[in-house]
Amino acid sequence: MNRDQVPGASLLPAERLFSGLPPPCIPLPGYPLLASPVPAGFPSPAADFVEARLSLDEHLIEHREATFFVRVAGHSMTGFGIWDGDLLVVDRAIEAADRRIVIAVVAGEFTVKQFCRLPEGILLRANGPGHGDILIGPEQELIVWGVVRYSIHAV
Amino acid sequence: MALALVDGNNFYVSCERVFDPGLEGRPVVVLSNNDGMAVARSAEVRALGVKMGTPWFQMKDLARRHGIVALSSNYPLYADMSDRMMAVLSQFSPDQEVYSIDECFLGLDGFARRDLVAYAQAMRRRVRQWVGIPVCVGIAETKTLAKLANHCAKKHLAGADGVCDFGRLGEAELSRLFSTIAVGEVWGVGRRLSEQLAGRGIATVEALRRADAKTLRREFSVVLERTAMELNGTPCLELAEAVPNKQQIISSRSFGRYVHELGPLGEAIASYIAIAAEKLRSQGSLAGMVQVYIRTNPHKADSPQYQRSLTIPLSLASDDTLRLTQAALWGLKRIYRPGFAYQKAGIALLNLCAAGSVQRDLFAKARDNTRLMVAMDRINGIWGRGTLRSAAEGVTKDWAMKRERMSPAYTTKWSELPRVS
Repeated sequence: MNRDQVPGASLLPAERLFSGLPPPCIPLPGYPLLASPVPAGFPSPAADFVEARLSLDEHLIEHREATFFVRVAGHSMTGFGIWDGDLLVVDRAIEAADRRIVIAVVAGEFTVKQFCRLPEGILLRANGPGHGDILIGPEQELIVWGVVRYSIHAV
Repeated sequence: MALALVDGNNFYVSCERVFDPGLEGRPVVVLSNNDGMAVARSAEVRALGVKMGTPWFQMKDLARRHGIVALSSNYPLYADMSDRMMAVLSQFSPDQEVYSIDECFLGLDGFARRDLVAYAQAMRRRVRQWVGIPVCVGIAETKTLAKLANHCAKKHLAGADGVCDFGRLGEAELSRLFSTIAVGEVWGVGRRLSEQLAGRGIATVEALRRADAKTLRREFSVVLERTAMELNGTPCLELAEAVPNKQQIISSRSFGRYVHELGPLGEAIASYIAIAAEKLRSQGSLAGMVQVYIRTNPHKADSPQYQRSLTIPLSLASDDTLRLTQAALWGLKRIYRPGFAYQKAGIALLNLCAAGSVQRDLFAKARDNTRLMVAMDRINGIWGRGTLRSAAEGVTKDWAMKRERMSPAYTTKWSELPRVS
Protein backbone atom coordinates (compact mmCIF):
# COMPACT_ATOMS: atom_id res chain seq x y z
CA MET A 1 0.00 0.00 0.00
CA ASN A 2 1.43 3.32 -1.10
CA ARG A 3 2.08 5.56 1.87
CA ASP A 4 1.16 8.66 -0.12
CA GLN A 5 -2.40 7.58 -0.83
CA VAL A 6 -5.17 6.38 1.39
CA PRO A 7 -7.81 5.17 -1.03
CA GLY A 8 -11.32 6.22 -0.25
CA ALA A 9 -10.19 9.01 2.00
CA SER A 10 -12.99 11.15 0.59
CA LEU A 11 -15.74 8.60 1.43
CA LEU A 12 -17.68 8.59 4.65
CA PRO A 13 -16.69 5.66 6.89
CA ALA A 14 -20.11 4.08 6.35
CA GLU A 15 -19.75 4.30 2.57
CA ARG A 16 -16.34 2.68 2.75
CA LEU A 17 -17.76 -0.46 4.30
CA PHE A 18 -19.49 -1.41 1.05
CA SER A 19 -17.01 0.04 -1.40
CA GLY A 20 -14.79 -3.04 -1.52
CA LEU A 21 -11.91 -1.04 -0.07
CA PRO A 22 -10.09 -2.08 3.05
CA PRO A 23 -11.75 -1.03 6.33
CA PRO A 24 -11.41 2.66 7.28
CA CYS A 25 -8.77 3.98 9.67
CA ILE A 26 -10.30 6.39 12.14
CA PRO A 27 -7.77 8.83 13.53
CA LEU A 28 -7.86 9.18 17.32
CA PRO A 29 -6.83 12.50 18.84
CA GLY A 30 -3.15 12.61 19.79
CA TYR A 31 -2.28 9.36 18.00
CA PRO A 32 -0.49 9.18 14.61
CA LEU A 33 -2.67 8.30 11.62
CA LEU A 34 -1.91 4.87 10.20
CA ALA A 35 -1.56 5.15 6.46
CA SER A 36 -2.02 1.42 5.86
CA PRO A 37 -4.99 -0.67 6.96
CA VAL A 38 -4.80 -2.85 10.04
CA PRO A 39 -6.08 -6.34 9.22
CA ALA A 40 -7.81 -6.62 12.61
CA GLY A 41 -9.92 -3.55 11.88
CA PHE A 42 -13.69 -3.38 11.45
CA PRO A 43 -14.83 -6.51 9.53
CA SER A 44 -17.28 -6.38 6.69
CA PRO A 45 -20.73 -7.46 7.92
CA ALA A 46 -21.17 -9.20 4.59
CA ALA A 47 -18.12 -11.40 5.10
CA ASP A 48 -20.06 -14.32 6.60
CA PHE A 49 -22.53 -14.34 3.75
CA VAL A 50 -20.19 -14.33 0.78
CA GLU A 51 -21.19 -17.04 -1.63
CA ALA A 52 -19.78 -18.16 -4.94
CA ARG A 53 -21.18 -16.40 -7.98
CA LEU A 54 -23.77 -18.32 -9.91
CA SER A 55 -22.33 -20.47 -12.68
CA LEU A 56 -24.30 -21.45 -15.75
CA ASP A 57 -21.94 -24.38 -16.28
CA GLU A 58 -22.84 -25.82 -12.88
CA HIS A 59 -26.52 -25.23 -13.44
CA LEU A 60 -26.79 -26.73 -16.90
CA ILE A 61 -24.19 -29.46 -16.87
CA GLU A 62 -24.54 -32.49 -14.65
CA HIS A 63 -22.07 -34.96 -16.22
CA ARG A 64 -19.20 -32.85 -17.44
CA GLU A 65 -17.41 -35.62 -19.34
CA ALA A 66 -20.57 -36.73 -21.09
CA THR A 67 -22.01 -33.33 -22.03
CA PHE A 68 -21.75 -32.00 -25.56
CA PHE A 69 -23.23 -29.03 -27.39
CA VAL A 70 -24.98 -29.30 -30.76
CA ARG A 71 -26.67 -26.77 -33.04
CA VAL A 72 -30.24 -27.17 -34.32
CA ALA A 73 -30.79 -26.87 -38.06
CA GLY A 74 -34.42 -26.71 -39.18
CA HIS A 75 -37.92 -26.40 -37.75
CA SER A 76 -38.90 -29.98 -36.96
CA MET A 77 -39.22 -29.41 -33.21
CA THR A 78 -40.64 -25.91 -32.88
CA GLY A 79 -43.69 -27.36 -31.14
CA PHE A 80 -41.38 -28.30 -28.27
CA GLY A 81 -39.81 -24.86 -28.11
CA ILE A 82 -36.71 -25.95 -29.98
CA TRP A 83 -35.96 -23.47 -32.75
CA ASP A 84 -33.71 -23.33 -35.77
CA GLY A 85 -30.23 -22.24 -34.65
CA ASP A 86 -30.73 -23.19 -30.99
CA LEU A 87 -27.86 -24.49 -28.91
CA LEU A 88 -28.70 -27.82 -27.27
CA VAL A 89 -27.04 -29.15 -24.14
CA VAL A 90 -26.84 -32.92 -24.67
CA ASP A 91 -25.99 -35.42 -21.93
CA ARG A 92 -24.84 -38.88 -23.03
CA ALA A 93 -24.83 -40.23 -19.48
CA ILE A 94 -28.62 -40.12 -19.13
CA GLU A 95 -30.70 -43.04 -20.35
CA ALA A 96 -33.34 -42.29 -22.94
CA ALA A 97 -36.74 -42.48 -21.29
CA ASP A 98 -40.25 -42.16 -22.61
CA ARG A 99 -41.14 -38.63 -23.76
CA ARG A 100 -37.60 -37.26 -23.42
CA ILE A 101 -36.09 -35.21 -26.23
CA VAL A 102 -33.08 -37.06 -27.61
CA ILE A 103 -30.46 -36.85 -30.30
CA ALA A 104 -30.71 -40.04 -32.33
CA VAL A 105 -28.74 -41.38 -35.26
CA VAL A 106 -30.92 -42.36 -38.21
CA ALA A 107 -29.29 -43.43 -41.49
CA GLY A 108 -25.95 -42.07 -40.34
CA GLU A 109 -27.32 -38.57 -39.60
CA PHE A 110 -28.09 -36.82 -36.33
CA THR A 111 -31.70 -35.97 -35.66
CA VAL A 112 -33.41 -34.34 -32.68
CA LYS A 113 -36.74 -35.94 -31.80
CA GLN A 114 -38.95 -36.93 -28.93
CA PHE A 115 -38.32 -40.53 -27.79
CA CYS A 116 -41.65 -42.39 -27.32
CA ARG A 117 -42.00 -46.01 -26.22
CA LEU A 118 -44.87 -47.71 -28.00
CA PRO A 119 -45.87 -51.38 -28.14
CA GLU A 120 -44.81 -51.44 -31.81
CA GLY A 121 -41.35 -50.08 -31.11
CA ILE A 122 -39.77 -46.67 -30.57
CA LEU A 123 -41.36 -43.65 -32.17
CA LEU A 124 -39.10 -40.67 -32.82
CA ARG A 125 -41.63 -37.88 -32.81
CA ALA A 126 -41.22 -34.56 -34.55
CA ASN A 127 -43.30 -31.53 -33.66
CA GLY A 128 -43.05 -28.95 -36.35
CA PRO A 129 -44.71 -27.90 -39.58
CA GLY A 130 -44.41 -30.53 -42.26
CA HIS A 131 -42.11 -32.86 -40.36
CA GLY A 132 -42.84 -36.55 -39.94
CA ASP A 133 -42.27 -39.08 -37.22
CA ILE A 134 -39.94 -42.05 -37.54
CA LEU A 135 -40.98 -45.43 -36.20
CA ILE A 136 -38.16 -47.80 -35.30
CA GLY A 137 -39.41 -51.40 -35.19
CA PRO A 138 -38.07 -53.94 -32.67
CA GLU A 139 -35.75 -55.55 -35.26
CA GLN A 140 -34.24 -52.25 -36.36
CA GLU A 141 -31.29 -50.70 -34.60
CA LEU A 142 -31.77 -47.39 -32.87
CA ILE A 143 -28.81 -45.41 -31.65
CA VAL A 144 -29.57 -42.75 -29.09
CA TRP A 145 -26.62 -40.39 -29.12
CA GLY A 146 -27.67 -38.43 -26.03
CA VAL A 147 -30.53 -36.84 -24.12
CA VAL A 148 -31.26 -33.14 -24.64
CA ARG A 149 -31.46 -31.30 -21.34
CA TYR A 150 -31.63 -27.64 -22.35
CA SER A 151 -32.28 -25.64 -25.46
CA ILE A 152 -30.71 -22.20 -25.54
CA HIS A 153 -31.43 -19.25 -27.78
CA ALA A 154 -31.12 -15.49 -27.64
CA VAL A 155 -34.33 -13.47 -27.39
CA MET B 1 -1.86 -55.99 -6.59
CA ALA B 2 -3.72 -56.08 -9.86
CA LEU B 3 -3.78 -53.25 -12.32
CA ALA B 4 -5.56 -52.56 -15.59
CA LEU B 5 -4.45 -51.03 -18.84
CA VAL B 6 -7.37 -49.41 -20.65
CA ASP B 7 -6.95 -48.14 -24.16
CA GLY B 8 -9.16 -46.83 -26.95
CA ASN B 9 -9.74 -48.91 -30.08
CA ASN B 10 -8.51 -47.02 -33.15
CA PHE B 11 -8.74 -43.92 -31.02
CA TYR B 12 -8.52 -41.18 -33.67
CA VAL B 13 -10.94 -42.99 -35.96
CA SER B 14 -13.29 -43.62 -33.07
CA CYS B 15 -13.29 -39.93 -32.14
CA GLU B 16 -14.27 -39.00 -35.69
CA ARG B 17 -17.05 -41.60 -35.71
CA VAL B 18 -18.67 -40.19 -32.58
CA PHE B 19 -19.50 -36.99 -34.45
CA ASP B 20 -20.01 -38.47 -37.90
CA PRO B 21 -21.93 -41.70 -37.33
CA GLY B 22 -22.08 -42.19 -41.10
CA LEU B 23 -18.45 -43.33 -40.83
CA GLU B 24 -19.41 -46.40 -38.79
CA GLY B 25 -18.67 -49.57 -40.71
CA ARG B 26 -16.82 -47.66 -43.45
CA PRO B 27 -13.06 -47.83 -44.02
CA VAL B 28 -11.49 -44.70 -42.46
CA VAL B 29 -7.90 -43.52 -42.10
CA VAL B 30 -6.59 -40.56 -40.18
CA LEU B 31 -3.52 -38.92 -41.67
CA SER B 32 -0.48 -37.57 -39.86
CA ASN B 33 0.69 -33.96 -39.80
CA ASN B 34 0.76 -32.56 -43.31
CA ASP B 35 -1.55 -35.34 -44.50
CA GLY B 36 1.56 -37.44 -44.96
CA MET B 37 0.74 -40.94 -43.84
CA ALA B 38 -1.83 -43.12 -42.13
CA VAL B 39 -1.55 -42.91 -38.35
CA ALA B 40 -4.89 -44.48 -37.51
CA ARG B 41 -6.77 -47.13 -39.45
CA SER B 42 -10.23 -48.50 -38.88
CA ALA B 43 -10.68 -52.29 -38.77
CA GLU B 44 -11.98 -52.21 -42.36
CA VAL B 45 -8.83 -50.48 -43.59
CA ARG B 46 -6.61 -52.95 -41.72
CA ALA B 47 -8.51 -55.75 -43.39
CA LEU B 48 -7.45 -54.28 -46.73
CA GLY B 49 -3.84 -54.82 -45.70
CA VAL B 50 -2.90 -51.17 -45.18
CA LYS B 51 -0.02 -50.92 -42.71
CA MET B 52 0.48 -48.23 -40.10
CA GLY B 53 2.57 -45.40 -41.55
CA THR B 54 1.67 -46.02 -45.19
CA PRO B 55 2.16 -42.73 -47.05
CA TRP B 56 -1.11 -41.27 -48.23
CA PHE B 57 -0.01 -40.77 -51.84
CA GLN B 58 0.71 -44.51 -52.04
CA MET B 59 -2.79 -45.31 -50.83
CA LYS B 60 -4.81 -42.98 -53.03
CA ASP B 61 -5.63 -45.61 -55.65
CA LEU B 62 -6.72 -48.16 -53.08
CA ALA B 63 -8.73 -45.45 -51.33
CA ARG B 64 -10.63 -44.62 -54.48
CA ARG B 65 -11.41 -48.24 -55.26
CA HIS B 66 -12.64 -49.11 -51.77
CA GLY B 67 -14.17 -45.80 -50.75
CA ILE B 68 -11.67 -45.21 -47.94
CA VAL B 69 -12.41 -41.94 -46.16
CA ALA B 70 -9.23 -40.04 -45.28
CA LEU B 71 -9.24 -37.36 -42.60
CA SER B 72 -6.52 -35.01 -41.39
CA SER B 73 -5.58 -35.27 -37.72
CA ASN B 74 -7.97 -33.19 -35.66
CA TYR B 75 -5.82 -32.78 -32.55
CA PRO B 76 -8.08 -30.37 -30.64
CA LEU B 77 -10.87 -32.92 -30.94
CA TYR B 78 -8.71 -35.88 -29.93
CA ALA B 79 -7.25 -34.01 -26.98
CA ASP B 80 -10.71 -33.10 -25.67
CA MET B 81 -12.06 -36.62 -26.13
CA SER B 82 -9.01 -38.05 -24.41
CA ASP B 83 -9.57 -35.69 -21.49
CA ARG B 84 -13.16 -36.89 -21.16
CA MET B 85 -12.23 -40.55 -21.43
CA MET B 86 -9.55 -40.26 -18.75
CA ALA B 87 -11.89 -38.34 -16.47
CA VAL B 88 -14.52 -41.07 -16.77
CA LEU B 89 -11.94 -43.80 -16.08
CA SER B 90 -10.69 -41.93 -13.02
CA GLN B 91 -14.09 -42.64 -11.48
CA PHE B 92 -13.12 -46.31 -11.31
CA SER B 93 -9.92 -45.93 -9.30
CA PRO B 94 -8.08 -43.23 -7.38
CA ASP B 95 -4.79 -44.54 -8.81
CA GLN B 96 -4.68 -43.51 -12.43
CA GLU B 97 -1.67 -42.98 -14.63
CA VAL B 98 -2.49 -41.48 -18.01
CA TYR B 99 0.13 -42.97 -20.28
CA SER B 100 -0.73 -41.55 -23.69
CA ILE B 101 -3.58 -39.85 -25.46
CA ASP B 102 -5.64 -43.03 -25.42
CA GLU B 103 -4.15 -45.28 -22.75
CA CYS B 104 -4.15 -45.25 -18.99
CA PHE B 105 -3.22 -47.57 -16.16
CA LEU B 106 -5.59 -47.98 -13.23
CA GLY B 107 -4.50 -49.44 -9.90
CA LEU B 108 -7.00 -52.05 -8.72
CA ASP B 109 -5.82 -52.43 -5.16
CA GLY B 110 -8.52 -53.50 -2.81
CA PHE B 111 -10.83 -54.96 -5.41
CA ALA B 112 -11.73 -58.62 -5.02
CA ARG B 113 -10.09 -60.56 -7.83
CA ARG B 114 -13.21 -62.34 -8.93
CA ASP B 115 -15.04 -59.08 -9.60
CA LEU B 116 -12.38 -57.52 -11.80
CA VAL B 117 -13.74 -58.68 -15.15
CA ALA B 118 -17.20 -57.37 -14.30
CA TYR B 119 -15.62 -54.11 -13.14
CA ALA B 120 -13.69 -53.80 -16.38
CA GLN B 121 -16.90 -54.40 -18.35
CA ALA B 122 -18.52 -51.58 -16.38
CA MET B 123 -15.62 -49.32 -17.39
CA ARG B 124 -16.07 -50.24 -21.05
CA ARG B 125 -19.80 -49.60 -20.93
CA ARG B 126 -19.44 -46.23 -19.22
CA VAL B 127 -16.74 -44.91 -21.58
CA ARG B 128 -18.76 -46.13 -24.56
CA GLN B 129 -21.90 -44.47 -23.37
CA TRP B 130 -20.55 -41.26 -21.85
CA VAL B 131 -17.87 -40.45 -24.42
CA GLY B 132 -18.62 -42.78 -27.32
CA ILE B 133 -15.20 -44.43 -27.47
CA PRO B 134 -14.87 -48.24 -27.51
CA VAL B 135 -12.05 -49.48 -25.28
CA CYS B 136 -10.36 -52.73 -24.30
CA VAL B 137 -9.08 -53.62 -20.83
CA GLY B 138 -6.12 -55.81 -19.89
CA ILE B 139 -5.71 -56.88 -16.25
CA ALA B 140 -2.56 -58.36 -14.70
CA GLU B 141 -0.06 -58.05 -11.84
CA THR B 142 2.44 -55.81 -13.65
CA LYS B 143 2.30 -53.01 -16.20
CA THR B 144 4.08 -55.03 -18.88
CA LEU B 145 1.66 -57.91 -18.42
CA ALA B 146 -1.36 -55.60 -18.33
CA LYS B 147 -0.31 -54.16 -21.68
CA LEU B 148 0.00 -57.68 -23.05
CA ALA B 149 -3.39 -58.64 -21.64
CA ASN B 150 -4.87 -55.59 -23.35
CA HIS B 151 -3.31 -56.72 -26.62
CA CYS B 152 -4.86 -60.17 -26.14
CA ALA B 153 -8.26 -58.64 -25.43
CA LYS B 154 -8.06 -56.45 -28.48
CA LYS B 155 -6.95 -59.17 -30.88
CA HIS B 156 -9.23 -61.82 -29.37
CA LEU B 157 -6.28 -63.98 -28.31
CA ALA B 158 -7.60 -64.42 -24.78
CA GLY B 159 -10.39 -63.14 -22.58
CA ALA B 160 -13.76 -62.14 -24.01
CA ASP B 161 -15.74 -59.03 -25.01
CA GLY B 162 -12.77 -56.69 -24.90
CA VAL B 163 -11.55 -57.70 -21.42
CA CYS B 164 -8.70 -60.05 -20.59
CA ASP B 165 -7.62 -60.85 -17.02
CA PHE B 166 -4.43 -62.92 -16.88
CA GLY B 167 -5.25 -63.69 -13.25
CA ARG B 168 -8.02 -65.95 -14.52
CA LEU B 169 -5.62 -68.10 -16.53
CA GLY B 170 -3.61 -70.92 -15.04
CA GLU B 171 0.16 -71.15 -15.46
CA ALA B 172 -0.14 -73.79 -18.21
CA GLU B 173 -2.64 -71.71 -20.16
CA LEU B 174 -0.45 -68.62 -19.87
CA SER B 175 2.58 -70.51 -21.15
CA ARG B 176 0.63 -71.81 -24.10
CA LEU B 177 -0.73 -68.35 -24.86
CA PHE B 178 2.67 -66.66 -24.59
CA SER B 179 4.24 -69.22 -26.88
CA THR B 180 1.99 -68.02 -29.66
CA ILE B 181 2.75 -64.30 -29.28
CA ALA B 182 5.81 -62.76 -30.94
CA VAL B 183 8.32 -61.15 -28.57
CA GLY B 184 7.96 -57.84 -30.46
CA GLU B 185 4.51 -57.39 -28.91
CA VAL B 186 6.02 -56.87 -25.47
CA TRP B 187 6.07 -53.30 -24.21
CA GLY B 188 9.54 -51.92 -24.72
CA VAL B 189 10.66 -54.47 -27.31
CA GLY B 190 10.98 -52.64 -30.60
CA ARG B 191 11.80 -54.00 -34.02
CA ARG B 192 15.57 -53.88 -33.65
CA LEU B 193 15.54 -55.48 -30.22
CA SER B 194 13.21 -58.26 -31.36
CA GLU B 195 15.56 -59.00 -34.26
CA GLN B 196 18.49 -59.21 -31.86
CA LEU B 197 16.49 -61.45 -29.52
CA ALA B 198 15.43 -63.66 -32.40
CA GLY B 199 19.11 -64.03 -33.20
CA ARG B 200 19.54 -65.56 -29.74
CA GLY B 201 16.58 -67.86 -30.10
CA ILE B 202 14.11 -65.70 -28.19
CA ALA B 203 11.23 -65.22 -30.61
CA THR B 204 8.16 -65.50 -28.40
CA VAL B 205 6.95 -63.88 -25.21
CA GLU B 206 7.26 -67.24 -23.49
CA ALA B 207 10.92 -67.51 -24.48
CA LEU B 208 11.64 -64.07 -23.05
CA ARG B 209 9.77 -64.98 -19.88
CA ARG B 210 11.91 -68.11 -19.42
CA ALA B 211 15.20 -66.42 -20.30
CA ASP B 212 17.77 -65.96 -17.55
CA ALA B 213 17.42 -62.46 -16.11
CA LYS B 214 21.11 -61.97 -15.37
CA THR B 215 22.05 -62.99 -18.90
CA LEU B 216 19.54 -60.53 -20.34
CA ARG B 217 21.02 -57.80 -18.22
CA ARG B 218 24.53 -58.61 -19.32
CA GLU B 219 23.87 -59.13 -23.02
CA PHE B 220 21.26 -56.42 -23.49
CA SER B 221 20.28 -53.97 -20.75
CA VAL B 222 18.87 -53.69 -17.28
CA VAL B 223 15.68 -52.40 -18.90
CA LEU B 224 15.17 -55.72 -20.67
CA GLU B 225 15.92 -57.58 -17.45
CA ARG B 226 13.15 -55.61 -15.74
CA THR B 227 10.81 -56.31 -18.64
CA ALA B 228 11.41 -60.04 -18.26
CA MET B 229 10.86 -59.81 -14.51
CA GLU B 230 7.61 -57.95 -15.11
CA LEU B 231 6.56 -60.71 -17.51
CA ASN B 232 7.10 -63.13 -14.67
CA GLY B 233 4.83 -61.18 -12.36
CA THR B 234 7.37 -59.11 -10.43
CA PRO B 235 6.38 -55.45 -10.64
CA CYS B 236 9.36 -53.18 -11.37
CA LEU B 237 7.56 -50.17 -12.74
CA GLU B 238 5.62 -48.05 -10.27
CA LEU B 239 2.29 -46.44 -11.04
CA ALA B 240 3.47 -42.87 -11.40
CA GLU B 241 1.63 -40.31 -9.33
CA ALA B 242 2.28 -37.39 -11.61
CA VAL B 243 3.78 -36.95 -15.03
CA PRO B 244 7.49 -36.10 -14.61
CA ASN B 245 8.51 -32.77 -16.07
CA LYS B 246 9.99 -33.00 -19.50
CA GLN B 247 13.74 -32.60 -19.68
CA GLN B 248 13.55 -30.99 -23.05
CA ILE B 249 10.74 -29.53 -25.05
CA ILE B 250 10.72 -29.96 -28.79
CA SER B 251 8.51 -28.17 -31.24
CA SER B 252 8.83 -28.74 -34.95
CA ARG B 253 6.71 -29.30 -38.04
CA SER B 254 7.14 -30.09 -41.68
CA PHE B 255 5.95 -27.35 -44.02
CA GLY B 256 2.92 -27.51 -46.27
CA ARG B 257 5.03 -26.15 -49.11
CA TYR B 258 8.76 -25.73 -49.55
CA VAL B 259 10.14 -22.55 -48.00
CA HIS B 260 13.11 -20.76 -49.52
CA GLU B 261 13.26 -17.40 -47.76
CA LEU B 262 14.59 -16.49 -44.35
CA GLY B 263 11.47 -14.44 -43.49
CA PRO B 264 8.93 -17.28 -43.45
CA LEU B 265 11.48 -19.60 -41.79
CA GLY B 266 11.85 -17.03 -39.03
CA GLU B 267 8.07 -16.86 -38.60
CA ALA B 268 7.87 -20.62 -38.27
CA ILE B 269 10.72 -20.73 -35.72
CA ALA B 270 9.10 -17.95 -33.71
CA SER B 271 5.80 -19.86 -33.67
CA TYR B 272 7.44 -23.05 -32.47
CA ILE B 273 9.25 -21.13 -29.73
CA ALA B 274 5.94 -19.65 -28.61
CA ILE B 275 4.34 -23.08 -28.30
CA ALA B 276 7.31 -24.57 -26.50
CA ALA B 277 7.70 -21.59 -24.18
CA GLU B 278 4.08 -21.89 -23.12
CA LYS B 279 4.70 -25.53 -22.16
CA LEU B 280 7.90 -24.47 -20.40
CA ARG B 281 6.07 -21.92 -18.26
CA SER B 282 3.21 -24.27 -17.49
CA GLN B 283 5.64 -26.76 -15.98
CA GLY B 284 7.47 -24.07 -14.04
CA SER B 285 10.81 -24.52 -15.84
CA LEU B 286 13.40 -22.31 -17.44
CA ALA B 287 15.49 -23.24 -20.45
CA GLY B 288 19.25 -22.86 -20.42
CA MET B 289 19.78 -23.55 -24.12
CA VAL B 290 17.86 -23.15 -27.34
CA GLN B 291 18.47 -25.43 -30.31
CA VAL B 292 17.27 -24.56 -33.79
CA TYR B 293 17.41 -26.67 -36.94
CA ILE B 294 16.32 -26.60 -40.55
CA ARG B 295 16.48 -29.14 -43.32
CA THR B 296 15.55 -29.88 -46.89
CA ASN B 297 13.55 -32.94 -47.97
CA PRO B 298 15.91 -35.95 -47.79
CA HIS B 299 13.62 -38.00 -50.04
CA LYS B 300 13.80 -35.58 -52.92
CA ALA B 301 16.95 -37.05 -54.46
CA ASP B 302 17.28 -34.58 -57.32
CA SER B 303 17.29 -31.47 -55.08
CA PRO B 304 20.34 -30.09 -53.32
CA GLN B 305 20.38 -31.22 -49.69
CA TYR B 306 21.16 -29.14 -46.65
CA GLN B 307 20.52 -29.61 -42.99
CA ARG B 308 22.03 -27.83 -40.04
CA SER B 309 21.31 -27.33 -36.41
CA LEU B 310 22.75 -24.95 -33.86
CA THR B 311 22.54 -24.89 -30.08
CA ILE B 312 22.55 -21.48 -28.43
CA PRO B 313 23.33 -21.35 -24.73
CA LEU B 314 21.64 -18.53 -22.84
CA SER B 315 23.60 -16.40 -20.40
CA LEU B 316 20.65 -16.71 -18.06
CA ALA B 317 18.07 -19.49 -18.15
CA SER B 318 14.76 -18.05 -19.26
CA ASP B 319 11.09 -18.79 -19.87
CA ASP B 320 10.49 -15.53 -21.66
CA THR B 321 9.07 -16.10 -25.18
CA LEU B 322 10.66 -12.90 -26.45
CA ARG B 323 14.11 -13.74 -25.12
CA LEU B 324 13.95 -17.33 -26.44
CA THR B 325 12.70 -16.11 -29.82
CA GLN B 326 15.56 -13.65 -30.00
CA ALA B 327 18.06 -16.45 -29.37
CA ALA B 328 16.43 -18.81 -31.85
CA LEU B 329 16.29 -16.21 -34.63
CA TRP B 330 19.90 -15.32 -34.06
CA GLY B 331 20.75 -18.99 -34.47
CA LEU B 332 18.58 -19.31 -37.54
CA LYS B 333 20.37 -16.42 -39.25
CA ARG B 334 23.66 -18.21 -38.71
CA ILE B 335 22.58 -21.54 -40.16
CA TYR B 336 20.34 -20.33 -43.00
CA ARG B 337 21.71 -20.68 -46.55
CA PRO B 338 19.82 -19.28 -49.52
CA GLY B 339 19.04 -21.47 -52.52
CA PHE B 340 17.61 -24.48 -50.73
CA ALA B 341 14.02 -25.72 -50.55
CA TYR B 342 13.48 -26.18 -46.83
CA GLN B 343 10.91 -28.73 -45.85
CA LYS B 344 11.15 -28.80 -42.07
CA ALA B 345 12.26 -26.58 -39.20
CA GLY B 346 12.20 -27.03 -35.49
CA ILE B 347 13.41 -25.91 -32.12
CA ALA B 348 14.22 -27.60 -28.84
CA LEU B 349 14.44 -26.04 -25.40
CA LEU B 350 17.24 -27.76 -23.49
CA ASN B 351 18.90 -27.71 -20.07
CA LEU B 352 15.65 -27.21 -18.26
CA CYS B 353 15.74 -26.22 -14.62
CA ALA B 354 13.15 -25.24 -12.05
CA ALA B 355 12.08 -21.62 -12.11
CA GLY B 356 13.14 -20.83 -8.57
CA SER B 357 16.62 -22.22 -8.84
CA VAL B 358 18.43 -19.74 -11.05
CA GLN B 359 20.83 -17.14 -9.69
CA ARG B 360 20.25 -13.71 -11.10
CA ASP B 361 23.08 -12.30 -13.18
CA LEU B 362 24.47 -9.06 -11.69
CA PHE B 363 25.30 -7.68 -15.10
CA ALA B 364 22.21 -8.75 -16.99
CA LYS B 365 20.68 -5.90 -18.91
CA ALA B 366 17.72 -7.93 -20.13
CA ARG B 367 14.30 -6.60 -19.27
CA ASP B 368 12.27 -8.80 -16.94
CA ASN B 369 9.24 -9.84 -18.96
CA THR B 370 7.66 -12.05 -16.32
CA ARG B 371 4.50 -9.97 -15.96
CA LEU B 372 4.17 -9.75 -19.73
CA MET B 373 4.42 -13.53 -20.00
CA VAL B 374 1.89 -14.05 -17.22
CA ALA B 375 -0.55 -11.69 -18.92
CA MET B 376 0.07 -13.31 -22.30
CA ASP B 377 -0.53 -16.82 -20.95
CA ARG B 378 -3.69 -15.69 -19.17
CA ILE B 379 -5.12 -14.05 -22.27
CA ASN B 380 -4.17 -16.95 -24.52
CA GLY B 381 -5.70 -19.29 -21.96
CA ILE B 382 -9.05 -17.52 -22.20
CA TRP B 383 -9.17 -16.55 -25.87
CA GLY B 384 -7.17 -19.36 -27.41
CA ARG B 385 -3.57 -20.07 -28.21
CA GLY B 386 -1.98 -17.46 -30.44
CA THR B 387 -4.39 -14.62 -29.53
CA LEU B 388 -1.37 -12.69 -28.36
CA ARG B 389 1.88 -13.54 -30.04
CA SER B 390 5.20 -11.99 -30.82
CA ALA B 391 5.29 -10.10 -34.12
CA ALA B 392 8.12 -12.41 -35.19
CA GLU B 393 5.56 -15.21 -35.61
CA GLY B 394 4.02 -13.57 -38.64
CA VAL B 395 0.36 -13.06 -39.40
CA THR B 396 -0.62 -15.13 -42.44
CA LYS B 397 1.71 -18.07 -41.90
CA ASP B 398 1.40 -19.67 -45.32
CA TRP B 399 4.10 -22.19 -44.45
CA ALA B 400 1.73 -23.85 -41.95
CA MET B 401 1.11 -27.54 -42.40
CA LYS B 402 -1.44 -28.83 -44.84
CA ARG B 403 -4.57 -30.27 -43.27
CA GLU B 404 -6.97 -30.38 -46.15
CA ARG B 405 -9.30 -33.02 -44.82
CA MET B 406 -9.89 -31.88 -41.30
CA SER B 407 -13.20 -32.49 -39.62
CA PRO B 408 -14.69 -29.61 -37.61
CA ALA B 409 -13.58 -28.82 -34.07
CA TYR B 410 -16.82 -30.35 -32.80
CA THR B 411 -16.17 -29.78 -29.11
CA THR B 412 -13.85 -26.78 -28.98
CA LYS B 413 -15.28 -24.12 -31.34
CA TRP B 414 -18.77 -22.69 -31.04
CA SER B 415 -18.89 -22.15 -34.79
CA GLU B 416 -18.12 -25.82 -35.55
CA LEU B 417 -20.63 -27.72 -33.43
CA PRO B 418 -22.33 -30.80 -34.89
CA ARG B 419 -25.68 -29.99 -36.51
CA VAL B 420 -28.90 -31.84 -35.83
CA SER B 421 -32.12 -31.48 -37.75
